[in-house]
Amino acid sequence: MVDEDRHAGVAVAGVGPWRLALRRLRANRVALAFGALFAVLVALALAAPLWGDLAGTSPSRNHLSDTIVIDGQRRDVVTEDRVPIGPTWRAKYFLGADGNGRDVAVRLLYGARNSLFIGLTATLISLLLAVTLGLLAGYLRGWVDAVVSRGLDVVWAFPVLLLGIALGVALARDGLQIGPLSISGGSKWIPALIIGVVGAVYLARPLRGLVLSLREQDFVEAARAQGAGPLRIMVGELLPNLASTVLVFVPLLVANAILLEGALSFLGAGVRPPDPSWGTMIGDGVDLLTSAPHLTIVPGVMLVLTVLALNVLGDGVRDALDPRATVRPER
Amino acid sequence: MLRFIARRLAGMLAVLFAVSVLTFLIFAVIPNGAPEDRMAGPNASPGQVAAVRREWGFDKPLYVQYARTMKKIFTGDVVSYVDRTNVVDEIGRGAPRTFSLAIGAAILWIAGGIALGLYGAARAGRAPDRLITVLALAGVSMPVFWLGALASHYLGFEARIFPDGGYAEIGREGVLEWLWHLVLPWSVLAVVLIGVYSRVLRSNLLDALHADYARTARAKGLSEGAVLRRHALPNALIPIVTLWGLDFGAVLGGGAVLTESVFDLQGIGQYFADSVSRLDVPPVLAVTMLGTFFIVAVNTIVDIACAAMDPRIRL
Repeated sequence: MVDEDRHAGVAVAGVGPWRLALRRLRANRVALAFGALFAVLVALALAAPLWGDLAGTSPSRNHLSDTIVIDGQRRDVVTEDRVPIGPTWRAKYFLGADGNGRDVAVRLLYGARNSLFIGLTATLISLLLAVTLGLLAGYLRGWVDAVVSRGLDVVWAFPVLLLGIALGVALARDGLQIGPLSISGGSKWIPALIIGVVGAVYLARPLRGLVLSLREQDFVEAARAQGAGPLRIMVGELLPNLASTVLVFVPLLVANAILLEGALSFLGAGVRPPDPSWGTMIGDGVDLLTSAPHLTIVPGVMLVLTVLALNVLGDGVRDALDPRATVRPER
Repeated sequence: MLRFIARRLAGMLAVLFAVSVLTFLIFAVIPNGAPEDRMAGPNASPGQVAAVRREWGFDKPLYVQYARTMKKIFTGDVVSYVDRTNVVDEIGRGAPRTFSLAIGAAILWIAGGIALGLYGAARAGRAPDRLITVLALAGVSMPVFWLGALASHYLGFEARIFPDGGYAEIGREGVLEWLWHLVLPWSVLAVVLIGVYSRVLRSNLLDALHADYARTARAKGLSEGAVLRRHALPNALIPIVTLWGLDFGAVLGGGAVLTESVFDLQGIGQYFADSVSRLDVPPVLAVTMLGTFFIVAVNTIVDIACAAMDPRIRL
């Protein structure tokens, strides 16, 4: 924490701010419950291949002409008028099939992998970009700050969703090639990269402001007097002081990245079919809402649960790290 | 004040220039096939492709192509690569639809956000406040396209309480029909945004209630409600209004693509989504610039409004 003696009044002597925050978070049952829910969702995503084996199929395999025996009755997976089977609550087609006879439960779990991969990768990209830009602009000031700030202004004024769609569609065909870095058209790195860059703006601005105020503090002056160079001061002195601010943003960034991934995929500018994503599953399901509502409702509920879990957890983390948390009357 | 507006206008021009160059480059540099190949069709001879290239100026250097397209956007002559419709006309057709969506929803989400934020702050920590917090978080976590698709299907298509998507022009079908078609899109867009506003306002209000001026007001003998409304609210409102400017500007410029598509409103955002999937650069460029224009313009107005609300802010 920046200001140790502000805590002295509220904190027990000898307890560091991080331990204090952890203690506050542990007391927040609701945040913990939702954190556990997120952990369960991650575990489910990791277990996707296991469920695939159990159901005897893969996420993109069609079973248009297959049949399945339920309670002694033989039923088509997809009927002649293209109505897919609903939830069977068995290993095969646990949550029913989609219009191509693909197993919804298997696709859902593999979709969770894609959503989580993109959400976490995008957040890492955002953090890396935002911390670097914030440190450089805030510490060096001058022309570096001018360039970074104007660049952030431009992205800030850009309609975010429109930018994402434009990039997603433009990149999807032939991928991206910058020097040695090459990403193929169907790669999940494309939506991750787009969402990561867009998300970095929200974090870079507050970080720059924080660095601007931190660099005037005595401990930076002391480091400079000891002969530390700019890089040393930025990484060794300033970076640790950004940690709590960054940590507050992490769950919220992941939540927003997953929502944005869903939106882009829904519009066909994110995960490429037949690779499953909750967004594409909802997009495919909407046309069949009358005959097979499970196709739309199930991935939507998963999306809401995941994002909600992250948002509630993020709220808890913010409250725990907020040094004023103990003086607020409501807790 | 005038100097502030002049500075903002200059800044807006710079941002518009940067955004247009960026958008143009995205589609020019990233290899997704030359536009003349797509426009000439799959069975065109090399001669036909070359003719298309010459006619549209794709053989010119990039900066010439950029300058030509930009000039056409400002003179209103810009046409689609795909079907040669005039882009400005198409945007003009979508504008009343998008504006209807944006204005109604924006009123709903700021009014709802302020009401819930005030209510939550007045009863902080008690049951109603917790319920509002939960509902707000649930709303924020809701994908707008999913909520919209379900609302449109179950309340529109199945229950027939509302129309099943589409837009009704005031001039042709009357105010009631227009209102009827927009109730669901407004509500859905507001539901996913109200939570953001009510939560930010609630926490700002709680901070303001602990400020020295709030204690002074209480010491004067003001009731808690009066302190909240007359002293805390005006101070807590400024970040909300700034946030509102960003969101409202984005929706005005087509940022509500998802809501427009799900309810088939045929607004600017939907036009953008359709154009981008056909890699039709002129409409994409024009709509992106329009969106940027609205974001910057609304924010300038909001900054002026904030300066009027808070004498500490100097323009």
